[in-house]
Amino acid sequence: MFPLKSYEKAESVDHAIQLLQDNPEARPIAGGTDVLIRLRDGKTGYDHLVDIHQLEALRQIKTDEDGTLVIGSGVTFSMAMESELIREIIPILSTASETVGGPQVRNVATIGGNICNGVTSADSASPLMALNTVLQLEGPRGTRLVPIAEFYLGPGKVDIGQQEILVSFRIGEKDYKGYYGHYHKYAMRNAMDIATIGCAALCKIEANQLTDLRLAYGVAAPVPIRCTNTEQAVIGKPVNRDLIREIESLVEKDVNPRTSWRASKEFRLQIISELSNRVVTQVIEKAGGRIE
Amino acid sequence: MNKIITFTVNGKKRELNVDVRSSLLDVLREIVGMTGAKEGCGVGECGACSVLVDDLLVDSCIYMAVWADGKSIRTVEGECRDGKLSSVQKSYVEKGAVQCGFCTPGFVMASTAFKERFKDKTFTRDDIRREHAGNICRCTGYESIIEAVEQSMEED
Amino acid sequence: MAVGDRVDRVDAIAKVTGKARYTDDFFRPGTLVAKYLRSSIAHGRVTGLSVEKARELEGVEAVFTYEDVPPIKVATAGHPYSLDPAHADVADKLLLTDRIKHLGDEIAIVVAENELIADEALALVEVEYEEYPALTTPEKILAPDARKIHEDSSNVVGEHQYECGGKLDEAFELADLIHEEQYYTAMVQHVHLENHTALAYMDDLDHIVVISSTQIPHIARRVVGQALGIPWGRVRVIKPYIGGGFGNKQDVILEPMVAFLTSKLDGQPVRLTLSREECMLCTRNRHPMDFEVKLGMKEDGTAVARMVDVISMTGGYASHGHSIVAAGGSKSCLLYPRMTIGYHARTLYANIPVGGAMRAYGSPQITFAIESAMDDAARKLGVDPVEMRIKNAARQGDINPFSKLPISSCGLVECLEKGRSLIRWDEKREDYRNHKSGKIRYGLGVACFSYGTGTYPVCVEIAGARIILNQDGSIHVQTGATEIGQGSDTAVAQMAAKTLGIPVENVHIVSTQDTDVTPFDTGAYASRQAYVVGNAVYKAATELKQKILDYAALLTGFPAASLDLKGESIVNITDNNTSVISLNDLALSSYYDKEKGGQLTADVSHKTTTNAPSFGCTFVDVAVDIPLCKVTINEIYNIHDSGVIINPVMAKGQVEGGMAMGIGAALSEQVLIDQETGRVHNNNMLDYKVPTFTDVPDIHHDFVETVEPTASYGNKSLGEPPIISPPPAIRNAILDATGVAVNELPMSPQVLFKAFKSHGLLKP
Repeated sequence: MFPLKSYEKAESVDHAIQLLQDNPEARPIAGGTDVLIRLRDGKTGYDHLVDIHQLEALRQIKTDEDGTLVIGSGVTFSMAMESELIREIIPILSTASETVGGPQVRNVATIGGNICNGVTSADSASPLMALNTVLQLEGPRGTRLVPIAEFYLGPGKVDIGQQEILVSFRIGEKDYKGYYGHYHKYAMRNAMDIATIGCAALCKIEANQLTDLRLAYGVAAPVPIRCTNTEQAVIGKPVNRDLIREIESLVEKDVNPRTSWRASKEFRLQIISELSNRVVTQVIEKAGGRIE
Repeated sequence: MNKIITFTVNGKKRELNVDVRSSLLDVLREIVGMTGAKEGCGVGECGACSVLVDDLLVDSCIYMAVWADGKSIRTVEGECRDGKLSSVQKSYVEKGAVQCGFCTPGFVMASTAFKERFKDKTFTRDDIRREHAGNICRCTGYESIIEAVEQSMEED
Repeated sequence: MAVGDRVDRVDAIAKVTGKARYTDDFFRPGTLVAKYLRSSIAHGRVTGLSVEKARELEGVEAVFTYEDVPPIKVATAGHPYSLDPAHADVADKLLLTDRIKHLGDEIAIVVAENELIADEALALVEVEYEEYPALTTPEKILAPDARKIHEDSSNVVGEHQYECGGKLDEAFELADLIHEEQYYTAMVQHVHLENHTALAYMDDLDHIVVISSTQIPHIARRVVGQALGIPWGRVRVIKPYIGGGFGNKQDVILEPMVAFLTSKLDGQPVRLTLSREECMLCTRNRHPMDFEVKLGMKEDGTAVARMVDVISMTGGYASHGHSIVAAGGSKSCLLYPRMTIGYHARTLYANIPVGGAMRAYGSPQITFAIESAMDDAARKLGVDPVEMRIKNAARQGDINPFSKLPISSCGLVECLEKGRSLIRWDEKREDYRNHKSGKIRYGLGVACFSYGTGTYPVCVEIAGARIILNQDGSIHVQTGATEIGQGSDTAVAQMAAKTLGIPVENVHIVSTQDTDVTPFDTGAYASRQAYVVGNAVYKAATELKQKILDYAALLTGFPAASLDLKGESIVNITDNNTSVISLNDLALSSYYDKEKGGQLTADVSHKTTTNAPSFGCTFVDVAVDIPLCKVTINEIYNIHDSGVIINPVMAKGQVEGGMAMGIGAALSEQVLIDQETGRVHNNNMLDYKVPTFTDVPDIHHDFVETVEPTASYGNKSLGEPPIISPPPAIRNAILDATGVAVNELPMSPQVLFKAFKSHGLLKP
């Protein structure tokens, strides 16, 4: 039994927004794999729920006319793993989805929930950061489009109002076409674990030159981050061993991992730098680059 | 805070007046009276409460009972019909994949989901591992379970 | 021949269909729910407690505090009662207390209509503490000005020292190499899938019935009686199916409290079920231990002397206390028995979670230290680790230096030879010489163990068995042995079938233990049951068989000596085994003949006064990723000498399960305790890293079957031993791969990071 004080089921996104307006203490529940656990643990702020579980409008995966890939916030990790469209256009998200929890969690947990709870370890976050994803939010005052990098305000804090619903993730064609990506989750176990470090990279190669690189990390800072300085420093350079070494030495300046009982800062830095090497090497090779 | 929900459990239709605060596991064990699914952690970390909802494997401890409305639920109790074990159950018995048995109902459902999903596909031991990773077993070291799953895939 | 066959578990169908009932499956509407108020500090005293608001909450039946419980301290360890007060367990536990000794200590308890109301009530309780510094390390605990954790005891719960197999200083004189090193093993947890749970009610005004998930129902009965100060016969403990224990349910933890609650509440049913978080924080753990090892070796790899000095921390309460470090020490003397051995051990109270029995009872810690030291020495001497172990390994007929008794059966050398060949040791060792540099390095490791079977002569080994010939010619067997998943019911069925000569399908087992009904036995621990209960089953089956043959002689006129029981018939062995009467007809006659016969039964209680040594080893092949600080197991084998294998499928299951647990202890598992506050960071299954399906590689095993003369069926311990040698073998493989000696468990990525950094394998 969960110590709930109120529960309302939403029949649509508009209805959900209305229910959230009706009860200022309410918050949405989708897959429930975070909310129900916090509720059970007696954490405050979860005992009034507006249920958007399996709301059909939030479960679509499609491309718009302009080529933008639209993924509903209620899409589960299993759906992301199995979607032909996602596997074809942004396989990095399928790979990342595979690393989440176990099958039971992936079958109900949603990507929207993963992003909205604001944790730095979210496995979908760094791929979506690398993809320059834009979040579509609906609320009483209409639609807001927020780039994911601006969505994270601090640990556990995201830019969503109490009366807003995250509806979808939008990835423009220019952000996926011609890119090759990879996500590596470093954790203590191979499943059912939270990332010690998550590393996502996307790149584009032309004539063995790195024409673009997007390097994103989870748990390398209080929120998921992009290594913009590193990216800027290496874009346009020829692909070779020196480039990999340069990236490996530069990333440390872009990150700010913390010591917790789970892992020390020094240890996380070691993993961050080694993963930059391995993940970037892998995406370069996927993109047809030759590291000589 | 009660709500009437209608669903099928192992093919039988049930209409129940449930407390909306209940998990599906609470309802199965305490109202439906099926105690096969177990609570090992209450937070989706062990898989002992696994059941199938519309053939999708879920942890019933973190699945709200009201979400089962209109759905078809399968539990371990429904897998043995007319005194005949399912191929998964039979393989678990023959391969010694059962020890204390507390994780077994959840594992049987995970293997059942695996079998139905991979029946016409090729698969590896890594696929078996990944698709059972939400179920913790502390007795077997998983080796006999992997053998049971492999055997069950060869049978009808 | 039922013994040795691949017989399906007798409870397998009940378990795969969900029909097997565990303690919580005995739920009845109206059962009250109890929940503890636990301390939020690790060391201190309750100075104020206000429970009035909680008592007044609607749906709350009662709230009891430390002021309401009997002033009787009990020992919770699931050991047999000791007639010698000097050897009795430490009685240091009250049902509730205001003297806080570890995080989560029990101060009060709420009984309510349901869990939500109980939680709500707990939130209304106000507690004030006077907090003391948490004593979490040996240095802090042994400091001269350290506060006594228990007012009436020193912080040293137990201490002992001995030398055996010669004089230690003389033996060290003979050594060409003295290796000295420190080793450490962290606190780890059982994480059985079923949490601790118990339910109690009264079915009259005197008798308390407790249904509990316990390994030790008869001991639980006694401890409930002691804790409540009532005659033990008024307590009835029922153990249904149990979802694993691994030693954590060899302690009496919840039973006295539920019995107390129902007795205070007019016999209403009360259930006390721990959450996973409570179970991980407030039951028992494997003791963390600090070792100093001094090893003396001859140049050729002959071990001549070993001194082990160990400090074990038992946490806030003694529980099994000093017994664990003592047992681990004495059992390790069997491994290399032709050397001189010294041992000094201390067990300390500490403001950390409580240590208790866990699979292999001290041996995993001690064996990690000893087998790590052996490899360190082998490396210094330049001898092959397998050759060195074969040279020193126990052999049948060797004298155990500790007990001075001959080793009655031993296949350790054969285990080592078998393992060496299975893993292709020589070939891979040669090959891996080229893989000792770069990011990924390869290595091989080996480690051995020795263990006992049962607890004799430290404790009594009493076992009961009752066998009844049913009306249809089948039999019912009831033993005091506790099935906890290890398969003892099936082993017992096979043993009874073999001795009686009947098909195993005709044996029915009563799995449930009920102290009002079942023969007395102390329970499931020390890998004792198949050994000591086997002896009792043998005795009962032999007796019943004689009664059956005697009755057959009476019915048929053939002398009993010419008859035997084969399958479902009594046969004449002097006449080509022709059937003289079916067992079914004989059974019907015994029950229903108006003049002769009677129910044919045997009911025996047997005390075993021997202890069989068992042995084995682990071979492992690893890849070590230096920059990512991760170990991958490429191949792993456990080879066991457990005497005769009663059931190869179940034996395999014990070995594989133990190995997986050993892999967890080696690489990932650890209770993380804040040294300043005694707080535990990871008492849940997300943060405590039990290996998942994806973390355990394919697991291989084999047996070297010896015949143990002191066992009726030739068998020796197997439930616990498989967990012992994987961690040191993995440690030795990491050493082989990287040249880095990691001297602590677990060898988690963070530990490897520190070790690789300090050895210059990673940038500083």
